[in-house]
Amino acid sequence: MEDWISIGYLLSAALFIFGLKKLGHPRTAPFGNQLGAMGMLVAVITTIVQMQFTGEGVVDWTLIAGGLVLGSLIGYWMAVKVEMTGMPELVALFNGFGGAASALVALSEIQKYIITGDTPVGLELTVTMVAAGLSALVGWMTLTGSLLAMYKLKGGIEVFGKWIRTPTWGPVWLNPVKVVLLLSVLVMIVMSIEEPTNETYLWGIIGISCVLGIVLVLPIGGADMPVVVSLLNSLSGIAAAFTGFIIGNSVLIIAGSLVGASGLILTFIMCKAMNRTLLDVLFKSFGGDGEKQDLTRTKVGSDADEVAMMLDGAQKVIIVPGYGMAVSQCQHAVKEFANIMEEKFGTEIKYAIHPVAGRMPGHMNVLLAEANVPYEQLIEMDEINGEFPECDVALVIGANDTTNPAARSGEGPLAGMPIIDADQARTVVIIKRSLSVGYAGVDNDLFYMDKTMMLFGDGKAMMAGLNTAVKEI
Amino acid sequence: MEPEFLIANITLFLLAIFLGFELITKVPATLHTPLMSGANAISGISIIGALIGANVAFDGGQTTLSGLLAFVAVVLAMINVVGGFAVTNRMLNMIAGKKRGGA
Repeated sequence: MEDWISIGYLLSAALFIFGLKKLGHPRTAPFGNQLGAMGMLVAVITTIVQMQFTGEGVVDWTLIAGGLVLGSLIGYWMAVKVEMTGMPELVALFNGFGGAASALVALSEIQKYIITGDTPVGLELTVTMVAAGLSALVGWMTLTGSLLAMYKLKGGIEVFGKWIRTPTWGPVWLNPVKVVLLLSVLVMIVMSIEEPTNETYLWGIIGISCVLGIVLVLPIGGADMPVVVSLLNSLSGIAAAFTGFIIGNSVLIIAGSLVGASGLILTFIMCKAMNRTLLDVLFKSFGGDGEKQDLTRTKVGSDADEVAMMLDGAQKVIIVPGYGMAVSQCQHAVKEFANIMEEKFGTEIKYAIHPVAGRMPGHMNVLLAEANVPYEQLIEMDEINGEFPECDVALVIGANDTTNPAARSGEGPLAGMPIIDADQARTVVIIKRSLSVGYAGVDNDLFYMDKTMMLFGDGKAMMAGLNTAVKEI
Repeated sequence: MEPEFLIANITLFLLAIFLGFELITKVPATLHTPLMSGANAISGISIIGALIGANVAFDGGQTTLSGLLAFVAVVLAMINVVGGFAVTNRMLNMIAGKKRGGA
């Protein structure tokens, strides 16, 4: 029996590896996801078989099955119910649950020692306490960090009908505090080896780890949130691997460290797309208070009719969606605009997708796909930038930093970030609430160019107005 | 725990980390979120530990804190796993599915 169990775990580890590999390529990604799910099924079945046929068997079927079914139903329900716009928050939330599960398993093992008084000795004690401590550190940190990240992505929380914005706060002195907190957890882990049943260390590690997750995410602005969620994802994998050391299970170690390492690489890839280093993201809060440039210039806003007249007979329009489109959820109105233009003037419509537009990489693709925009019209930044000089109108919807020409100058917070060359278009139309700066806190020259027309207002309302105006030409 | 067992586990840990680094090379930006979400579902592998933990705990007749914690861990890990794979599937159907259908 033991051999079969090992083969089951080996099979599931192999499925995870191929699944992750295939998830990285557009054509094979859905299959990769299915392979991962299959790997998980094999792992769960193998474990249940192992529990049933080795040792004393499954003790309480109702509890084991009940937990599995309950979790599956809740998870499935949440995944199916969620609006496409709420996707990033949900990924953050699931991530927090994963971290918490690993930490709870570690806690449960230690509680067992405390209750039974049956602590391991020697090498086993050291390994168990170190792994349990690290699993707790990473797991609880992932939970609180992910929950905060979720509320940051949402923008706030409703308490008794009042909307409270999620704060972004990170003075420079907070950085040494993070280091001190981390070191104190490590010290407590070492001390807990001496006294494994001392509950002070146990709860101390949990408490500080929870605080650590919060202070780590608190200073980070919304634009960097995807990077943080990706990093937390990597951490939750590491937590699972440490849990594997406690219970001596190979598939936990393999799958956990796979996710830990590949998640870290993905984090670096995301950082690179924004031209930021991971250390900058974590320790230099971006566009915090006081750093924002004051606005000294003004620009007269246009109205929908004026923009519609200019759009009359346009041959080629490139739509540049950003954060604002996600917030106002106007992707359907955008698609409608594209339909009207195509029908009325035979206009060629394309969408320019910046790698970090929105709240998550790929966020724009998901939103526009939801509105039935054909995939071929979504063009990545590098490919579309050459097309702007020959395009009649660039329609920028709620994007700011990703179109700011200041990024080319090599100075300021945006320096060197690749941008969409919307300023190269013959006319630029920008839908935005105000002239205010984006996350980077840098004034955008694009707004003040002579060929730029500003439509001030909510994305959804403005797009609806524009659609009506274009129809009436 | 035998030292050999620990060394074997550490070897697995390091090899899997190297493998993870090599596995992800160039990923188009479109797939960053689904890849993150899919990897996140795989990190729900702690379900295995939670199951074993829940079983052993009740085995000892310790239906107190230890077992309760493991049971909560089973539920949370399962939400992570099922929800994670389901939501990734939904995203991929929107991104990649359209491509095949439209072409």
